Amino acid sequence: MDELINKRINEVLKGNQDSFEEIVLLFQNRLYHVCYRMLGSREEAQDIAQEAFVRAYSNLHTFDQKRKFSTWIFRIATNLCIDRIRKKKPDYSLDAQVPGTEGLDMYSQIAAAEDLPEEEVERMETQERVQYEIGRLPEKYRSVITLRYMEELPLQEIADILDLPLGTVKTRVHRGRDALRKQIGTM
Amino acid sequence: MTNCPNEVVQYMHEYLDGEIAPEQEQVLNEHLATCEECQKLFDELSDAVALLELADPMQAPVGFTEGVMARLPQRTQQKKKTGVNRWLRKHPMLSAAALFLILMSAALFSSYNTNEQFSVTMQPNLIIEGDTVVVPAGEVVKGDLVVKNGDLRIEGQVDGNVTVIRGEKYMASTAVVTGNIEEIDELFDWLWYKMKTAFKGLAPDKTENQDTE
Repeated sequence: MDELINKRINEVLKGNQDSFEEIVLLFQNRLYHVCYRMLGSREEAQDIAQEAFVRAYSNLHTFDQKRKFSTWIFRIATNLCIDRIRKKKPDYSLDAQVPGTEGLDMYSQIAAAEDLPEEEVERMETQERVQYEIGRLPEKYRSVITLRYMEELPLQEIADILDLPLGTVKTRVHRGRDALRKQIGTM
Repeated sequence: MTNCPNEVVQYMHEYLDGEIAPEQEQVLNEHLATCEECQKLFDELSDAVALLELADPMQAPVGFTEGVMARLPQRTQQKKKTGVNRWLRKHPMLSAAALFLILMSAALFSSYNTNEQFSVTMQPNLIIEGDTVVVPAGEVVKGDLVVKNGDLRIEGQVDGNVTVIRGEKYMASTAVVTGNIEEIDELFDWLWYKMKTAFKGLAPDKTENQDTE
């Protein structure tokens, strides 16, 4: 797999733009899925996932072919998603620490979805409900939970994608799971 | 849960991560069997994970790839852009020369404004009447003729180029000029003229200016 991708990458670097289409086809579903789970909107997911591929194309010469391409492109996509989520809520100081929390700033408190009344949530179909609960997670946990449970990626790979220490990723998965448990429990 | 070992919750997460060691799993199981509260917590965490696992995989929408390809920067544009940068980096001397020319042109503009004096290329058979230079009828001036800040009246013949800078040129019916005739009034003409003479000056030229005041 990696060998095939590197072959295509080298063709693109030599000027064959069409070879990039094959790379897009290989990753488009996974990238779109992650973006959709992070952003909760099909239009935004398409826009950001496509933008991620465009950025990858423009910066392809900086990709180290000894590393995994999927990690690299997932990193571009998740960074774009996180930027987009943060831009949506510009009203308060995001760097301010939340009182009573350990190292949590306001970024981590941002959830894409507003809380809905209980009856409305109970009427949701399963798929709608899953996305609703993911969307209520703070962005900090949403990215690790998405990569862990939607993409089923190993913790080490998630650490590589998000450029975080493995221990931090583990902690966020644990806290994300616990946050999700509390969300469901209060229903 | 107040009497539960601290590490039990940690073991639950390790179990859910699939990273628990067998002996710790045994500790966890033994504890859950005796502690209703921890069992409840563990079930809730498992439910949360189960909900996530219900999520269906998703397909990128139709036309996704075409959309990406259409958004890619055009190759030609990219090349042009980097081409200029590369050229500038590879030819520092030429870049410096270009910058020098730009700065020089500023000096030329200022000389256009300050050099107000009347002057003319000295040729033996010219007549000067105030600010007007006359090529008399029947006379032949050999070589180029440049008049600055004055008028020129040609009644005879000039074997060469005629240039009048900020002045009027009158040609009598008997006038003959074998070379080019130029009148310079505008800034751009002036700059162009300066550049031409500068390049001519690089090659040996026998009609070196001998200005009179």
